[in-house]
Amino acid sequence: MSDSANIDTYRRRFLGGTATALAGLSVAPGVFLHEVARARPADEAVTSDVRWGMLIDTNKCANGCNDCVTACNEEHGLTGHGRPETDAQWIRKVELRDKQTGHTQSLPLLCQHCEHPPCVDVCPTGASFKRADGIVLVDKHICIGCRYCMMACPYKARSFIHEDLQDQLPHAPRGKGTVESCTFCVHRVDNDRTPACVEACTAENHNAMVFGDINDPDSDISKQLKQHSSRQIRADLDLNTGVRYRGI
Amino acid sequence: MKQQIQFREIDGGMRFYSLLGFIGLFVLAGLGAAYFMEHNGHHVTGMTNQIIWGTPHVFAVFLIVAASGALNVASISSVFGKTPYKPLARLSGLLAIALLVGGLAVLVLDLGRPDRLIVAMTYYNFKSIFAWNIILYIGFIAIVAVYIWMMMERRMNHFTKLAGLFAFIWRLILTTGTGSIFGFLVAREAYDAALMAPMFIIMSFSFGLAIFILVLMAACKWSDRPLGNLIVYRLKNLLGVFIASVLYFVMVYHLTNLYITEHHGVERFILLDGGVYTNLFWFVQILLGSLVPLALLYHPATGKSRGWIGIASLLVIIGGLAQMYIIIIGGQAYPLELFPGMEVTSSFFDGGINAYVPSLPEVVLGVGGIAIALAAVVIGTRVLGFLPVSLADDQVDPHHAA
Repeated sequence: MSDSANIDTYRRRFLGGTATALAGLSVAPGVFLHEVARARPADEAVTSDVRWGMLIDTNKCANGCNDCVTACNEEHGLTGHGRPETDAQWIRKVELRDKQTGHTQSLPLLCQHCEHPPCVDVCPTGASFKRADGIVLVDKHICIGCRYCMMACPYKARSFIHEDLQDQLPHAPRGKGTVESCTFCVHRVDNDRTPACVEACTAENHNAMVFGDINDPDSDISKQLKQHSSRQIRADLDLNTGVRYRGI
Repeated sequence: MKQQIQFREIDGGMRFYSLLGFIGLFVLAGLGAAYFMEHNGHHVTGMTNQIIWGTPHVFAVFLIVAASGALNVASISSVFGKTPYKPLARLSGLLAIALLVGGLAVLVLDLGRPDRLIVAMTYYNFKSIFAWNIILYIGFIAIVAVYIWMMMERRMNHFTKLAGLFAFIWRLILTTGTGSIFGFLVAREAYDAALMAPMFIIMSFSFGLAIFILVLMAACKWSDRPLGNLIVYRLKNLLGVFIASVLYFVMVYHLTNLYITEHHGVERFILLDGGVYTNLFWFVQILLGSLVPLALLYHPATGKSRGWIGIASLLVIIGGLAQMYIIIIGGQAYPLELFPGMEVTSSFFDGGINAYVPSLPEVVLGVGGIAIALAAVVIGTRVLGFLPVSLADDQVDPHHAA
């Protein structure tokens, strides 16, 4: 009696499980294919449906931690020549101390990927440009090295290449005499990965940096931005930066 | 009867070639410096990721500003109909083109990729004032060349006023563009002011005329052509007015900044504790470059002396270079205000005063630009009749009672 009841239970479970598996198998490709259909083929231009952004929580950013900077340097082969005044820095840790209260803070500063980037406005040749998805880049083929973008950037986010470079990485081409800055790891983002700095911060379990599509209301970054107050550095300039900060 | 002004090329010979050779040495040195900088990369200069534009830009912007000002003498003659200036109009046009070419040469040779000049000529971002300036500079050279042609070709003389007016308006737009390079920069405390454009225009009046006076006196002396006091005194009185006007604009600029609390930091830096920039401001720009020349030009004794007028003009040029140095380099030495009320430090020199020492190649390149301009004037006056045979008082003004 009990055996047949058990068999019935097994059978029911088996049938139920099979039905679920079958349902999953039949729906999953549809869902998966839908995702594939939404993903951008390599030869298709980026669209403004997406706006890449970053949220940095300075309360979680550890004082003295430099992991995001190290990760960026490794990712892009920014080795430097031991000359800090002329070596390139795409992301840097900035230490703040309130003159009135003495409160100290630490935060990473990088290209803010503005919606209205002053560097793009002033560039005479159009080498400095913004992709439809909000990533601000330099076309190193038409950059003449005038450095007007560096004069115009309110965040000091750009570096001029002051000397010859060796051992460049294929995904991060650079050139003496041109200007460069954070690319939001565009080579990773285009392959559905997060920027190296964010990855490093998350790997250390600091989770101070969140990257995502701020046009997508369901993305983690959009939800966090909606829930908590955040601010732009030099919000007075009304540049609508892609990088936002919490805790400053 | 109306007297016809005689123009003639300067003579060739030893004096011409030795002068050209002497200037040529500085041109070669400048080109060598540019090659050295480009070959090694800009790390051999004093320029960094903090001080992005350095001494070459001081010279380049000074020369470009002075270029449009050098055309003023021609404008006064053609547009405002002052006949005593008419014999000087051709030289004024030549000097304007020469100074612009010199300034542009420095600017281009300092680019990270000067080999991509053709890119700058073929890719335009029309929201960039820099892109507009490329068009304004090339247009200026073309328009002034046509203007000079109208003046030189007798059949075209009746178009002189029209061409002069066009060149005058163009030069005002050009200097507005040059001033706006800084005026349009929202990022930095020292810039971001509409006043930059008119201030650069009045600076151009002053610097351009100072250079013109020196070139005129030197050209007449070395080519043994008479130069009467009448025209020299007119020019030096005009220079005095321009110096005072620049002072006025500088005062308004600083007074406005001093009133606005957020600019107190940068004002304190330039006017009080900026070290080399403060010294340059008070001692070179204001005292040596403005007040001393004003006194020299208007003092009854020194104001009548060619030597002192020349020294006053030279001081205006030195003061002008100092002013450019303070605007361009001082403006970058003061840090970006990203976090008001905070002390800021980083590995990228945030929050601190940025250090800069001009390097030899930069200075040599800048001086090379001046040399290119002077060489162009020397060659120009040799091949075409830019310089009047005589600028004696009775030639300048037939009604002048000797």
